Amino acid sequence: MRSLFVLGSLFCGLWSAAALAAEGRLLATGGATSLEGAAGGGITPWAVLAGYGERGEWGADVFATRVETGDYRLDAGGVAVAYDNRVELSYARQRFDLGNLARGLNLPENSLSQDIFGLKVRLFGDLIYDRLPQVSLGLQHKRQKDFLIPSLVGAQRSEDSEGYLTASRLILGGAFGYNLLLNGGLRYSRANELGLLGFGGDRRDRHSVLKEGSVAVLLDRYWAVGVEYREKPDNLSFAGESDWADLFVGYFPNKNLALVLAYARLGEIATLDKQNGVYLSVQGSF
Amino acid sequence: MRRLLLLALIALAGCAQQPPKDDQLYRDLGEQAGITRIVEGMLLNIAQDPRIVRHFENIDIVRLRDKLVEQLCVEVGGPCTYTGDSMEESHTGQHLTPSDFNALVENLQDAMDAEGVPTPAQNRLLARLAPMRAQVIDR
Repeated sequence: MRSLFVLGSLFCGLWSAAALAAEGRLLATGGATSLEGAAGGGITPWAVLAGYGERGEWGADVFATRVETGDYRLDAGGVAVAYDNRVELSYARQRFDLGNLARGLNLPENSLSQDIFGLKVRLFGDLIYDRLPQVSLGLQHKRQKDFLIPSLVGAQRSEDSEGYLTASRLILGGAFGYNLLLNGGLRYSRANELGLLGFGGDRRDRHSVLKEGSVAVLLDRYWAVGVEYREKPDNLSFAGESDWADLFVGYFPNKNLALVLAYARLGEIATLDKQNGVYLSVQGSF
Repeated sequence: MRRLLLLALIALAGCAQQPPKDDQLYRDLGEQAGITRIVEGMLLNIAQDPRIVRHFENIDIVRLRDKLVEQLCVEVGGPCTYTGDSMEESHTGQHLTPSDFNALVENLQDAMDAEGVPTPAQNRLLARLAPMRAQVIDR
């Protein structure tokens, strides 16, 4: 409830900041917001920065996302602010509802939450215009807030940092005349299930280099369809951890709103396999 | 038979030297008339765009329209000649920003939407114009 209130006041604050924010970038080039709060797709960040600010301008996002897999539910929400099309700061809160697992095993807690503080810096290039693609470096600091269950299944720590390097390019007319968005990145992380199950494990306690990427086709200025993929580590011996993938449709009616609907294949999560389901995300941009 | 082959070879060589101009995009945009309507639509959109309209004050708008039509026509493979100034010359002293450039792109997209230009043709035109950005901004 309190976090809802905080989000609400941030929302109002951002509305008034909207008067200051220009919208110098083209529609959809701010992307949606990824589960961890950084501007991008759904399960992976892009090299683009939150909102629509170009050089010397501010941009910002608020977002709310829900993923339902049948056995589990993941809710995420947060804010991101960017300046000068150069630097992005973000905050996201995730709450993972253990649903059937908690009921079946009589677990001491029925949900796992974490905070994610993000920084992303555009190093060089441009999404559309420069000779080089847009390349950004990101850092995320994650704090798991319900560490009892993760510690019982072998997680080594409740707080950790990870980095990612990501490149994005929009090729005008690149897919039979339709605009093609290519995105690829490398992540250096030891987060178990994004960090919801803590960081490092009994099986492996070092960071891994993980590949992630997405391809999208823009059907027009307002609609995008695509696929995403994210490699994940497998640090805990009590259960396997699967790579994630999804198919998505994004709708960008204007520079203030984005909606993403996806079918996500999340594989095995904490012993329960075949966690496939629906991903829905709403983003307000300013 | 051998003479025929020789003739065919010469004909082919002629083709290689003078490939038929690809005017598919020119035709997709509605040729001269369509391009003129797109340019006029864009200029009308700009006239109502507080972000960039100031850059179009105190200029000969009829001449601008004519040169833009010529330029687009040439860029999309149409039978035209561009007689205007270079991109660098015509934008020097305006100090245009990346945002200004994108605002113009949006006004052009709206004009093409109004003309019913299909998305792939719109994107192909934008792909021809995008490399000009470096000659337009920060001058």
